[in-house]
Order: sequence, then C-alpha cells, then structure tokens
Amino acid sequence: MSLLDKLDAVAAARKALLPEGMDVFGIPIGEIYSATEAKIGDRRILFLGTNNYLGLTFAPECLRAAHEALESEGTGTTGSRMASGSYGGHRALEREFADFYTCHSCIVFTTGYQANLATISGLAGAGDVILIDGDSHASIYDGCRLSGAEIIRFRHNDMTDLDKRLRRLGERSRSTLIIAEGIYSMLGDRAPLAEIVKLKDAYHSTLLLDEAHSLGVLGKTGQGLVEETGLIGGVDFITGTFSKSLGGIGGYCVSNHPQLDQLRYVSRPYIFTASPSPATIASTRAALKLLHDGVGLRQQLWKNAHQLYSRLQELGYQLGPEPSPIIATILDTPQQAMALWHGLLEHGIYVNLMLPPAAPDGKSLVRCSVSAAHTSEQMDYAGQAFADLRETIL
Amino acid sequence: MSNDYNDILQKLCHHLRQLAGPEVEITPQTDLINQLAIDSVKLLNLIMEIEDEFDISVPINALTDVQTVHELTNLIHQIKSAK
Repeated sequence: MSLLDKLDAVAAARKALLPEGMDVFGIPIGEIYSATEAKIGDRRILFLGTNNYLGLTFAPECLRAAHEALESEGTGTTGSRMASGSYGGHRALEREFADFYTCHSCIVFTTGYQANLATISGLAGAGDVILIDGDSHASIYDGCRLSGAEIIRFRHNDMTDLDKRLRRLGERSRSTLIIAEGIYSMLGDRAPLAEIVKLKDAYHSTLLLDEAHSLGVLGKTGQGLVEETGLIGGVDFITGTFSKSLGGIGGYCVSNHPQLDQLRYVSRPYIFTASPSPATIASTRAALKLLHDGVGLRQQLWKNAHQLYSRLQELGYQLGPEPSPIIATILDTPQQAMALWHGLLEHGIYVNLMLPPAAPDGKSLVRCSVSAAHTSEQMDYAGQAFADLRETIL
Repeated sequence: MSNDYNDILQKLCHHLRQLAGPEVEITPQTDLINQLAIDSVKLLNLIMEIEDEFDISVPINALTDVQTVHELTNLIHQIKSAK
C-alpha cells in the first residue's frame, strides 16, 4: 500500500461512518460573538463544547494585555526558547506559575500538547517505565512514545490494577513515572489522587499529574486537583495548558524538584519549538491573576455544571460518573451519537462528538463543556434541547 | 515449540474467539487486525485480560511489531520467561 493509498483508506473509512455532507469534525465557525456564542452558517449558535471553563477569552484585562504586548513586542518571537525566543514575559510567567503553585520551578511551553510531550520525554528514557491510565490524553501517549521508555497502561482509575502493575515491576518501580490526570477529558471524572500518591510513595516511583482540565476548575485558588485534595506535596510534576481555563494557548510544567530546569537542555520538543508569542504570554499572565482570584467564576461554573448534569440525568441519558464541567453523554452506537450531535446543532447548540476508537470501551460520546460564562437560561435551553431529542435518540 | 508456548497459544486463542466469534478459524498465522478485525483499542483491552491471566505487564510499545497470533504468543512467552 502506498503512502497516499493509506490516506485514501482513511477517507473511505470516514465516508462509511459519516453521512454524505456531514462534516462533523471540520465545522467552520464564522463570527465569534462572545465566550459562549458564535455564528455557524447563517445562524447564531451556543458554544457548549469549548474548554473555556472560566469564560476568559474576552476578559478586558486579557485583551488589553495582549494588545499592549502586540504593539510593543511584535507578532511573534520567531525563535525557540534557547535561541532568541526567551523574552522577559516568558520568564515572568514562569515565575508567576511557580509562585501560584508555591513550587521551585516552572517551564512554559508553546502548547499544552507540547508540555506533556516535552516533560514526559525529558523525564523518562530507554530502560525506564511509564505507567499511564488507560484513558490518558493523546499528548501523554505521544510523550511516552517519544521517551523510548516502556509504556504500561493501567485500567482507568483502578488502583488495584495500578498496585498490581507496580508490584510486577519489582525494583524497576523506582525508575517508573506514573501519569494521571486531574480531570479526564473523556468522561469528566477525577483521578483518585490520594490512593495514587500512596502507591507512588510505597513503590518509590515518580508522579506526574496533568491538570489540563482541572486548572481553574478545582481548588480554592484554582490550582486543580492538587489543591482540592491538599496533596500538592505528593505530586512530583504538574503539567497543564493555557488553552482551557486561561483562554489562550500554551502549556506549563511546575515542580519542586530543581532538576526540572534541566529539561530545557534535554527535551527536544522544548528545544526545537518557537516560543509562545508575546501577546499569548501577556494575556495568559493577566488570565492567571483572574483565575487565582476567580472564586466567583468557579462557583458559577460548578452551578452550571450541576444544573446541566442533573437535567440530563433526569432525562435518562447515560452520563460520566460524576458531575463536572465536562458532561459526557454516552451512547451505544455512532449513529445515535451522530443523530444527537446533529439534532443539537439544529437546535443551535454546538457540542463535541467522539466516535470509536477515540471514545472509551467502544462507546460513542456527545460531550458538553460548561463555562462560567454560560447563563442559567442557556443551561435550561440546552437541557430542553436534550429533552426534545430524547425520544428519537434513546 | 515448548509446552509453555502452546499453553499461551491455547489461552490466547480462547480470548480471541470471544472477540472474533466461535465460527472464525484462528491459527498462529492469523493476522489480528486484518483477519480478526481487532482494532487498536480492542487489542489493548485484550492485552489487559492476558496480562492478568499470566501475571505479567506487556509494554504497549512492544506491540508495534505484533501482527499475528504467533507474534503475540511469542511476545507473551518472552515476557513470561524473563520474569
């Protein structure tokens, strides 16, 4: 099979799965009206699939900071962090993130994907072992592959399974990196962090926690699951992204291990990527302050999440295991999921669709992501749309 | 082939029949993806069942080179022997 034949096979598989003319994964969004509304085609739609958890994409403080940086420092750095691309803003944001977590060090990356790729591949290498949750994000899988370490999966959030796999490693558990996520992106459930830390300590391993979906969402100051559980001291490395609660693009890793700084010299994704643009750094710095002080935003976010989760539960939809800003409706077949997704779009609501093998256990997901910027009326409207579609879907 | 290899092969075929259906003939040369239509996610779940059965952990990067039932049997045999 030639290289292009392989892509033709992908096209054929997509065509077989998706109805003619239904470009589920490439819908062009026209005008953006606000953090929760935009134009698709000729109609106004409600965004219910973005990860704009705190609704900061139009925060005046962030817009102003980005404008000023754009005017004073230009559109891009045109260099990697190691070669002309480390501006004062990058260093300042690293200091601010380290202070936010009361950690020794921080490294800022250009994307959240790169943060995992760079951190994981910089920490582990050939001869080491990485133990990852089966529901881990693709950036974790890809970082593991790049590292050259042995990759072993444990069953999602199953601590008996993690224990068993650590035991099987014997002495090698000491050179093992365990990776979990604060909130998992597929079903919106949390990692059982207390039990993971206990196992990590018992087997003398190292723990990395990805707070991509929990930064700004959990904890009094929004640090994530580490703050919610009071277990920041038990986690060795925390990664996360700017592209969700912080409303920008980029990523970070913080740690109390001073060795974190050495990743700057060994981690290829860090070394060979252009650094984040000045405007991105400036808006993220402003957003981090708002996130830290955003107790009210978190309250509104969770109020919205509980409202929609309860409504969909009442309607009899099968949902992820706990209320969360990520509300996944679990459907048995791709056809059911596509019908629900399409029905919601016809109601003027844009959500995310996950089909096998991207969704866990051969199921399909229609995934809503709730924002603090959503109003109670918007949650009601979404609930009513799910109610209207219930008979034809379930 | 050793008794150990044959034992693994037998148990593996049992698991594969549950996935592919009892009517499908499975031999050591059977291609897991093309003949049994086992996608990557099903394969990873199958591996977890096998890991429990033999009390081993199979690194997922070792699966890159596995295409046939024989190759998977051989991989499990190697990991089990190295314990």
